[in-house]
This record gives sequence, C-alpha cells and structure tokens, in this order.
Amino acid sequence: MKVLVPVKRVVDYNIKPRVAADGSGVETQGVKMSMNPFDEIALEEALRLREKNQADEVIAVTIGPQVAQDVLRTAMAMGADRAILIRTDAEIEPRVVANLLKVIVERENPGIVSMGKQAIDDDMNATGQMLAAKLGWPQGTFASQVTVADSKVEVAREVDGGTEVLSLSLPAVITADLRLNEPRYATLPNIMKARKKPLETIEADSLGVDLTSHLKLVSVAEPPERTAGVIVETVEELVEKLKTEAKVI
Amino acid sequence: MTALVLIESEHGKIRQASRSALAAAAQFGDVDAIILGNEGIDAAAKLAGVRKILHVPALKSALAEPTAALLASLSSSYSHILSAASSMGKNILPRLAGLLDVQPISDVVKINDEATFVRPIYAGNALATVQSSDTVKVLTVRGSSFDPVAEEGGSASVEVLEAPAEDGKSSFLRLEQTESDRPELEVARVVISGGKGLKDESNFHSLLEPVADKLGAAIGASRAAVDSGFAPNEMQVGQTGKIVAPELYIAVGLSGAIQHLAGMKDSRVIVAVNLDPDAPIFKVADYGIVGDLFEVLPALEKAL
Repeated sequence: MKVLVPVKRVVDYNIKPRVAADGSGVETQGVKMSMNPFDEIALEEALRLREKNQADEVIAVTIGPQVAQDVLRTAMAMGADRAILIRTDAEIEPRVVANLLKVIVERENPGIVSMGKQAIDDDMNATGQMLAAKLGWPQGTFASQVTVADSKVEVAREVDGGTEVLSLSLPAVITADLRLNEPRYATLPNIMKARKKPLETIEADSLGVDLTSHLKLVSVAEPPERTAGVIVETVEELVEKLKTEAKVI
Repeated sequence: MTALVLIESEHGKIRQASRSALAAAAQFGDVDAIILGNEGIDAAAKLAGVRKILHVPALKSALAEPTAALLASLSSSYSHILSAASSMGKNILPRLAGLLDVQPISDVVKINDEATFVRPIYAGNALATVQSSDTVKVLTVRGSSFDPVAEEGGSASVEVLEAPAEDGKSSFLRLEQTESDRPELEVARVVISGGKGLKDESNFHSLLEPVADKLGAAIGASRAAVDSGFAPNEMQVGQTGKIVAPELYIAVGLSGAIQHLAGMKDSRVIVAVNLDPDAPIFKVADYGIVGDLFEVLPALEKAL
C-alpha cells in the first residue's frame, strides 16, 4: 500500500506573522518558511506505517512555486521515498488544492492519504474533507490514533465531547491532530540522502483543473489589541477588584 | 435568501454554539435547522427565529459521509449552509463543500454582507475579509462572536427526513467521554485554565477544582498541560482546541503561547497567575498576580 502525504510550505510556526502595511496579506518575503506542523505529524504517521510493514511507499506532494520543493526535500529527509511538486505561482485555495490532489491520487492509487488537519497559515481545516468527498472515500479527521488492520483503519478522533472512534474501509483520507505522534527530526545523513531521492515536477496547469479561486481575499487587518492591565499584589486585592471594578464575580 | 443550519444538541438542549450559528444565519433571511438523531427535537422546535426543523433520526452518529451527502441533496433550496465551528461542523461542512465544489469558509467571526465575511487566520494574528462567489455559501461560525438566539419563543414545524443509504465505508464504534458536572467550556461564564506550572495531574485537579467549584467555573487546560497528560484533550483551550470567550478567564501557570491566546483573548476579563513576570499572558491580562500558584490558588479559594 502506498501512502500519499500532501504537505504545505507555510510561515514557520515560531515566527509571529506581520500584516502587510497595505492590508493585502501577511508578510512572507524574507520570512522563514517550514513544513506545516500538522503535515509533519501526518508524514510521521505514514513513515510509522511503512516501518510496521503496513505501507510500502510514502510519497510527499506539495503545490506551489519552485521554492516549495524545500518542504519536499525535508519530507524526504524525514523518510518519504519520493516527492511530487505540482508547480504553480498562482495563489491556490483549498478547494483547488483538493481538485489537484484528486488527480494525483487517481494516478498514484494510495491506500491512505495522510495529511494535516489544517495549515497554520489560513487555518481553513477543509482540504482533507474536501478531497475525501471528491474521491468518494471515507474520512477520519482530527486523528489522535490510527490503527490499520485487514483493509480497514480504526481512527480515534479528537471531538468536542471526548474521543470518537470510527472504523473506515480503505482507501481513506486521514487528517492528523496534534497528539497523533511526535514527528522525528531529519538527521544530517538523511538530509544528504534526500538530495538523491526522486522529485518529480508537474505543471499545475497541465492537470486539467481550473485554478481560479471562488473565494477572494479582500483585505487583511491586525486584530484589535488587548492592552495589559494591572499587577495586583495580593489575592484579596484581586478579589476586591473583580467584585467592585470588573464586576465579574 | 434562506439559510440552513446544522445544529447539535447536548443533554436534550441545543448547544449554545449552534444557537449562535442560527443567529448568524438570521442575517441572511429565513432560517431552517437540521438536527440528527433523536435528542433535542423538542428543544429545537422552540428555538426563536427558526422556520422549519428538518429532523433526521437515522443519522444519530453524525458520520460525515452520509450527513454531507444529505446536506448536498438539500443544498439547491438554500443560499447559505452553516454550522457552529465545532468538531462536528468542521468535520461535515467542508465535506459538503467538497461535494458541491464550493470553497468553504471556516471560523467566521463577522458577516459584512451575504457574500463577505471576516475570519481569523494565522492563529488569530490577522483577520481576513473574504468574498465568496459560490452560489451556495458553506460557513462554519465562531460561537463566541454571535449572540445566540433564544432557546424559547419560536414554533417551528418539524419535518422528518429519511437519510440516504449509508455506503458502509465508515462506521461509528464508540465515544470515549469524560463525565463532568461542570459547565461546558464554551458556554461557561467563568473558565479557569491550568498549564504546565501545575507540575502534575494530581495538582491540576486538587488546586484548580476547589476554585472552579466556588466560581461555578469550567476548567480548561493549555496545550502543554494536555500534552503532559494533566488533562484530557477536550479541555484544551487554544487555536487547535476550544475557543472560549467567558466573562472571566483565569489563567494559572500557563505562559500564554500565541496558540493559547488565540483561544481565549476575547474573554471579557482575564486574570493571570504566573511566577514569571515576563510571561506573555500578562500582556493580555486585565489583572495579574506574579506569584507561586501553589500559594495563590488556595488563598484565592479562601478569599472567594
């Protein structure tokens, strides 16, 4: 069984995003970019399936400009066997991402698509569900545990009321939540080895998918700032202020 | 224009986050609601401002596959299909959008007009205004951003819908729940959250619970506290956990990482207790105490 792992290149999670002065978006020029952390978790899960002999090939795929191949090299340094760059300079919305990934899935025929539950830039939390819908596959979103057995996968999901466990027939789409696993680091020898692994480039506009967005970004603004309040010295003073000043207890 | 809202019940009542989604939907025109399973139907029929309840008894497990398919079959009658940005809404609505080939809009916090919406991006570090050209708009909305419709006052008709045949590709096995008598995190008037500063699970319970009991508060946790096993995942407050906006939020022994702030910074009054005077949580707190939580919490319990 192949496992396909879509990964996204995003502003590194340690960087505080800055809204562009003209309100056109968030600054990405000259900012450190990395693989979306949820995608690292999804990749780690795919690698573990391969190590348990439940998968025989892990393929990373990304969509973006030439420079997005960085995250594919990282994926291969972590252990992915090969990678596919769907190259485009256009801004692609999650709906289009799902349409492009569908073409790749139909070409590669993986048993599992393992992907992050959301990207930490646009926080849409939608691509996995949309891809599953378009493929007619079952979905296991927000996964905290994945167990493959007998052409089925059992997925424990983090939901509002606790943990829900589903059984899905394969093929299926699984989206990774934070506590699914702790991704490994790429070691230097593996980074070197990854340079020799195959990376295929496909032009996005050669796949017969309409790349235009249905959702237009009108503007981006800073959220209203909260201002720091006062430091109180004692618990009694705190309770007094909560009662008389804030009137909240 | 008519909107359809997928609503959720809990203990026979309609969840507040769903009532907030109904309030958001009312900005578009008439509102119908769809409810799965057999609980909360009477409560749903009494909701203020709802024209019709579509009741789907067969889909009690709310599996995404048949639910999204059913919503897709109803979509031609609606201009907008919404739900709360709950784990259920976020599971089902994007799948519906996938079936319809529309771009869903997640976590809406403001509606400018029928096609223009505001939503947080980058863990709430920026607010994006977006405009949809889709015929049917699929939205999940942040409960804390819309005042919920009243639980009573309406008299909606109830129509029972057959569910489409399940394709057998997914099945519900079980729900592992943590039982609690405390108020639900997202609707509690007061929330007290603990972080790694509590040092272990036993402290997490023995120090936070007495204060929570005095205040009738829900208990939340930072991601670090959940990752360390102090608290179950459903107690996590933050970008990837629950988004809360109570009247009073008390943050204890947590530094205030960006992703935590994203889940609570809209609270009306924030109190922070931390040993480190430079902890980022103090930058958003209305009242701070720089001190040892092992002394402050018992003292707070006594003073309340």
